Amino acid sequence: MTDLARASGKGAASPAANKRGMGMISAQQIGISFSPDQPAVLEGLDLHVGEGDFISILGPSGCGKSTLLKLIAGLLDPTVGKLEVGGQTDDSQAEIGFVFQDPTLLPWRNVIDNIRLPLELRGYPVKAQLEAAGEIQEMVGLQPEDGLKYPRMLSGGMRMRVSLARALVTRPDILLLDEPFAALDDMLRQQLNEELLAIWEKHGQTIVFVTHNVSEAVFLSQQVYLMQSTPGRLVGQVQVPFPFPRQAALRGEAEFARLVADVGRRLREGVA
Amino acid sequence: MSRPSHRFLRALLPPLVLLLLVLVAWQLVVMLLEIKPYLLPSPTAVVEAAIEHRAELFSAIWLTGRAAVLGLLISVLLGTTTALLFSQSRIVRRSFYPYAIALQTVPIVAIAPLIVNWFGEGFQSVVVVTVIISLFPVITNVTTGLTSIDEGLHDLFQLNHASRWQQLVKLRIPSAMPSLVTGARIAAGLAVVGAIVGEFFAGSLVQDRGLGYFVLSTVPNLQTDLLFGCVIAATLLGVVMFAAVSLAGRHLLGRWTAGMETH
Repeated sequence: MTDLARASGKGAASPAANKRGMGMISAQQIGISFSPDQPAVLEGLDLHVGEGDFISILGPSGCGKSTLLKLIAGLLDPTVGKLEVGGQTDDSQAEIGFVFQDPTLLPWRNVIDNIRLPLELRGYPVKAQLEAAGEIQEMVGLQPEDGLKYPRMLSGGMRMRVSLARALVTRPDILLLDEPFAALDDMLRQQLNEELLAIWEKHGQTIVFVTHNVSEAVFLSQQVYLMQSTPGRLVGQVQVPFPFPRQAALRGEAEFARLVADVGRRLREGVA
Repeated sequence: MSRPSHRFLRALLPPLVLLLLVLVAWQLVVMLLEIKPYLLPSPTAVVEAAIEHRAELFSAIWLTGRAAVLGLLISVLLGTTTALLFSQSRIVRRSFYPYAIALQTVPIVAIAPLIVNWFGEGFQSVVVVTVIISLFPVITNVTTGLTSIDEGLHDLFQLNHASRWQQLVKLRIPSAMPSLVTGARIAAGLAVVGAIVGEFFAGSLVQDRGLGYFVLSTVPNLQTDLLFGCVIAATLLGVVMFAAVSLAGRHLLGRWTAGMETH
């Protein structure tokens, strides 16, 4: 059991490894349209993500990537098709962490109170909330003294770290990220990519990472799914052969550059 | 001289110099053109009249101030409660909100006699008029604050299975605090207007003679200098209330704006 589960006496936050199949996502021919007289936002989409996989969904702006994530998160329901997230049993739900495009922090709460919010909403004892938040804070590279700062006092990168910490604090089976680093400069984005990868390599959550940045998708994931718009659908899948753990140096390798160019070309052709 | 006080002086100096120039010009115009005091008293005459009637003036300010503060408090409580109800039920909001807006356009001067008719001559009617005038900015601002929640934050709470109650207490109410402060600030200025209008109609009882009654009583006696004194007193009362609410608001919103000062 994790410290969190021990401290709280609850089992809900046990690590993914203890709950076989909780990290699975299976979508069969799902689609969604927001109104009958408008074209579907997503159509005929098949997606199978195994326990502990790290996949990226790559596509142009407005192709429905975010909508797909919201469907997986259960914030929206598909209008057609079958979507299964987590295990088959109804009594235990997969724990899902979501990192939004914006940090989406509560401005009136300091860092530590923002991070522990998901546990607070689930009714954990305050002591357990603070303990778990402190641990996660360290994991995402925040200093202990940052805990008392308010979001407005933080840089964009720091805010994103807080947002990531908040998504991780429940020890999710599935982590969904919606272009989390799109607003950051390249250096910072690469650094956070490496840190995210290190977290995944250590904890093995299932990760679905949405981005429009080809190099980011290739660097991070095992598989890259290509998406096309109007209606949003998956048009291809690229296996990324590079072994883990991946280091920053990978970006400098010729093979990496070749694959990025190849994926970029396929994406453009698929969209054209 | 320290820098903040230097900046403060720089902000304050131009309007003060302008005020002084206007007062001097006013004094000269009244003296040189020999304008009748009941049409336009000179600044010195206004000050003299205010000093002469200072006891009555202070008691009037006290009475009007009390009615305005009580009215404002009721408005903030009633307005916030109403907004909370509006925020919890779309059907309630859709049904009542148009009337809340429409009621705002009813001229208070036209219904004030009715209020006196219902609540009787005196303080309580003055407070009722104050509430009616200052209530709506609270309702509209707080309702907007409670209902226009950032979509991402809303999703975040959904995702973490927040109950309606948790959403209200941990998301909607804190999100609405800045709007509440804005509404209360507008209401503070309006409360003074409301109290004076209320006193025009309901303030003639001896123990309830506030600024509104005072203003009316100067007119038949052609005490225009004293009338000016009342107007200035009423303005100062409004400024003080506005400033007090702003200050309380800034204190209250300290956490909402934390870190802004560092930039």
